[in-house]
Amino acid sequence: MSNPTFGFDTLQIHAGARPDPATGARQTPIYQTTAYVFRDADHAAALFNLQEVGFIYSRLTNPTVAVLQERVATLEGGVGAVCCSSGHAAQIMALFPLMRPGDNVVVSTRLYGGSITQFSHTIKRFGWSATFVDFDDIDAIKAAADDNTKAIFCESISNPGGYLTDIPAVAAVADSLGIPLIVDNTLATPYLCKPIEMGATLVVHSLTKYLTGNGTVTGGVVVDSGNFDWSASDKFPSLSQPEPAYHGLKFHETFGNLAFTFHGIAIGLRDLGMTLNPQAAHYTLMGIETLSLRMQRHVENAEKVAAWLEADPRVDFVTYAGLPSSPYAARKAAIYPKGAGALFTFAVKGGYEACVKLVDNVEIFSHVANLGDTRSLIIHSASTTHRQLSPEQQEAAGAGANVVRLSIGIEDPDDLIRDLDQALAVATS
Amino acid sequence: MTYSDRYLRDILQHTRTIATVGVSTNPIRPSYFVARYLGLKNYRLLPVNPVYAGQILFDEEIYPSLADLPQDIEVQMVDIFRRSEQALPVVEEAIDTLLHRGLTTIWMQIGVINQAAEALAKKAGLKVVMNRCPKIEHQRLFGELRKAGFNTGIISSKL
Repeated sequence: MSNPTFGFDTLQIHAGARPDPATGARQTPIYQTTAYVFRDADHAAALFNLQEVGFIYSRLTNPTVAVLQERVATLEGGVGAVCCSSGHAAQIMALFPLMRPGDNVVVSTRLYGGSITQFSHTIKRFGWSATFVDFDDIDAIKAAADDNTKAIFCESISNPGGYLTDIPAVAAVADSLGIPLIVDNTLATPYLCKPIEMGATLVVHSLTKYLTGNGTVTGGVVVDSGNFDWSASDKFPSLSQPEPAYHGLKFHETFGNLAFTFHGIAIGLRDLGMTLNPQAAHYTLMGIETLSLRMQRHVENAEKVAAWLEADPRVDFVTYAGLPSSPYAARKAAIYPKGAGALFTFAVKGGYEACVKLVDNVEIFSHVANLGDTRSLIIHSASTTHRQLSPEQQEAAGAGANVVRLSIGIEDPDDLIRDLDQALAVATS
Repeated sequence: MTYSDRYLRDILQHTRTIATVGVSTNPIRPSYFVARYLGLKNYRLLPVNPVYAGQILFDEEIYPSLADLPQDIEVQMVDIFRRSEQALPVVEEAIDTLLHRGLTTIWMQIGVINQAAEALAKKAGLKVVMNRCPKIEHQRLFGELRKAGFNTGIISSKL
């Protein structure tokens, strides 16, 4: 008595969407409206009391955004998702229901530089803190946790080095501690990696990157697996204990495994207000329709470019985990069999000066602080995306002064190689 | 315990009256939420709870037991909000008193799991849903959860 299951390529086009009930429009319309008419007073009351699900106000829910939420939740294998205005917003939205002042999160040292700054400085304003650990040392993750640790956080494929996290091993630690594992799956996308199948509780994304795919809008999303028992301990009172803003309702008791998502809308978006707008949701929906096709090409191109760089005498090393020489080759085969993504760094002989020269002399690669675009992108992380970090933090994150980060696009790979070749010639002359 | 969407949709479309056993009058209890929602969706709810017997909930009198429900009302579904071990006597009472009055379905809420109760109901020819919530399934199958970004599992190109 089970339902049919659908393949990824079908779900990336259809999940969450249906022909518009009012007009029959086949493509998901952009519902550009702030508010929605109530049928009557009873309907309004039921919506405000969370007894009925519907549209009240676009800070909370919007029909276009809802399609995107269901699409990503389905692709990730979660029960629900809440979109928000950026990947950074998604990280706060994921932590907010879990953390109280005095609580901490154990975090991988290998993260996007902006996330390291968010976790090491900004969250302290909420009374939260983060403990940074090398996530290749599984015992160290456990050792770093204490009674006030409420979550473990890592990236599946990490920025900027393209390192691969052993998600099943980290999830086992989270399980043993009775706390959720949050995985930022931005660089892998659900096409290359499904953290929930490997034991993650929550998945966050910057929608801005591969999911949208062409560098048009910023957005974020938090997906809940629905697998965590928020009432098993007293660690998560926002979900297990009476919520004063809803007359003492207990989210987990009332909404079961949908509790985290309901909380994200009813408390998170309502009071933090980091809402995704419907125009942005539209662009991201367009992008996701071709996600698998693009990711295949991103990976193919990254493998070719990385192999070429590795063989070049002007290059010291290439961090791409998709290379057979990578220390992550076994992990890639076991956990990321479809590919190690398309973001990595390489070290140029000649250090900092040569890196800066290289970036200045490419013609096809764009020098921008973004990744996951159809266009190939290049940046010197130590002086830009990871600039706020100490030299030690930069090294630990894989963003040392001598490395350049590439986000490989879906252009002709021979053109990309030719562009790097001529820029390297200038940089190392 | 997996149920096809067709099976659940069929139950929810052919049910008109639901006896809710163990329903609370406290507006923040899950059972109140479920009953209130189903009432809004035009099901007739017959509240059953000895603790609140005689009080009124959603314009209906609360009855102390299934046996006390008015004899002239057809009841298609019994929805059980009791601890798992207390589900069996409820099913026995439902079969004794409602089988000849339209009963087709025993529904046990999330967390209510009782294999003996399930077997007994099936033996009596009833449909059984266990460890699920009719509110959530109704919201999922008929489009409401879609409005808030939940994974409904429904793929359709139809209007």
